Amino acid sequence: MSDGYSSDEMMTVSAARVLRDGLTCFVGIGLPSAAANLARATHAPGLVLIYESGTIGAKPGLLPLSIGDGILAETADAVVSVPEIFNYWLQPGRIDVGFLGAAQIDKFGNINTTVVGGDYGRPEVRLPGAGGAPEIAASCREVIVVVRQTRRSFVDRVDFVTSVGYGSGPGDRERLGLTGAGPRQIITDLGVLEPDPETLEFTLTGLYPGITIDAVREQTGWDLAVSASPQVIAPPTADELTALRDLHARSNTA
Amino acid sequence: MAEIVSLAEAVRRAIHDGDAVAMEGFTHLIPFAAGHEIIRQRRRGLTLIRMTPDVIYDQLIGAGCARKLIFSWGGNPGVGSLHRFRDAVENAWPEPLELEEHSHAGMANRYVAGASGLPFAVLRGYNGTGLAEVTPTIAPVTCPFTGEILTAVSALAPDVAVIHAQRADRAGNVQLWGITGVQKEAVLSSERAVVTVEQIVDVLDPRPDAVVLPAWTVTYVAQVPGGAHPSYALGYSARDNDYYAAWDAISRDRDAFTSWLAVLMKSAL
Repeated sequence: MSDGYSSDEMMTVSAARVLRDGLTCFVGIGLPSAAANLARATHAPGLVLIYESGTIGAKPGLLPLSIGDGILAETADAVVSVPEIFNYWLQPGRIDVGFLGAAQIDKFGNINTTVVGGDYGRPEVRLPGAGGAPEIAASCREVIVVVRQTRRSFVDRVDFVTSVGYGSGPGDRERLGLTGAGPRQIITDLGVLEPDPETLEFTLTGLYPGITIDAVREQTGWDLAVSASPQVIAPPTADELTALRDLHARSNTA
Repeated sequence: MAEIVSLAEAVRRAIHDGDAVAMEGFTHLIPFAAGHEIIRQRRRGLTLIRMTPDVIYDQLIGAGCARKLIFSWGGNPGVGSLHRFRDAVENAWPEPLELEEHSHAGMANRYVAGASGLPFAVLRGYNGTGLAEVTPTIAPVTCPFTGEILTAVSALAPDVAVIHAQRADRAGNVQLWGITGVQKEAVLSSERAVVTVEQIVDVLDPRPDAVVLPAWTVTYVAQVPGGAHPSYALGYSARDNDYYAAWDAISRDRDAFTSWLAVLMKSAL
């Protein structure tokens, strides 16, 4: 907590700001869902929220705990089956932005939500698995990842590629036939990382107020490059904070 | 043609040791009461199929009912890990659990193939992922018209599907609405189907957007009000988010889980 807001609030506000009004957004649960709902509650009332439960154009007004809460179906423009949401809506590239979380992410934006350590059959840590993420990462026009930054979660190479970012570098997405452009930003609780245009390696391009480059490097498991002049991102406005806290308050009492 | 029976009888007659069982319901309409009855009747060696194992399969796995899990996302939604699932995979407790792991898109398409009577389904997916390497039911396939390399996933053909729905009529026609997930595909891809419902009514009045499963696609219907709890039935109940949050502490600890299980085993249906 600094200056009256937490690092998680800064992260959520920062992520919400990248969602322009009128976009269609395929939303993962947790941090991405909080940011997408904040965007809809503030500057992007026309943002179309799509959840993998088949709810298209959901307008929940509070933060759902799961991707299938009743409020999503009750407020949606359309509710379709799960095969339909993936086959008709996601696969053809109709969705502008995929908004994903991650347990582990590497310098090329590949995401691991499957296993950490050991081998696949007998891992040290068994994570939940893929869910909708591999195809969201492949087929949305672009992807934004929202994740807390720690040395454990930001690694040189992920232990398991659940969802592909830029693979092992330039040319991989094209070679693999992935139709979307891939991850455009990783938004963390310390700042913002974007792919270097040449190498596609994620580079620090934005810092939150009071966060130093060294502090970000400290929480990065690869030799993090920094753009020539990293932008200092504006702190949350009073309106943003109020809207976010309202969403949380209504969720906790619902 | 569907028979209307008690849940205990439906489970006794439809689900046998070693069966492949698909209990579907995507967050909404999860057939928890049927899962608990399977635990009470001590089924063993099941292959459990479900896109999101959720708390229901955490309970079945911890109770020792499962030999294998076919799934795509095994977390406690909005809460964290399914610790009984993790304990089985990481420590083989109470016994080893074989995994067959997919993405949601892959699982959904496997059900579509099963419901369509086809051996596999095609999608654009899995390219470059580790899943394509560890899961034998994922394979590349070449489009005969364009030459594009796509991904094939083998069909699911469960012995029995188990779902929960809002209503059925006395003939056993079933109606469900809200988030209907892959339940239609799960029922149509399975040899047998058990459906628990909130309510059996004289006449199923038509509802826009409802999925209707005609009686001749269903084997047994049982009336179990609240049978989706702590999941929910739109129009009848709300998701019990507190139960999902409270499950974390029970699931995390083998002794706490064992106590929970002892209470369930003694409970009447």
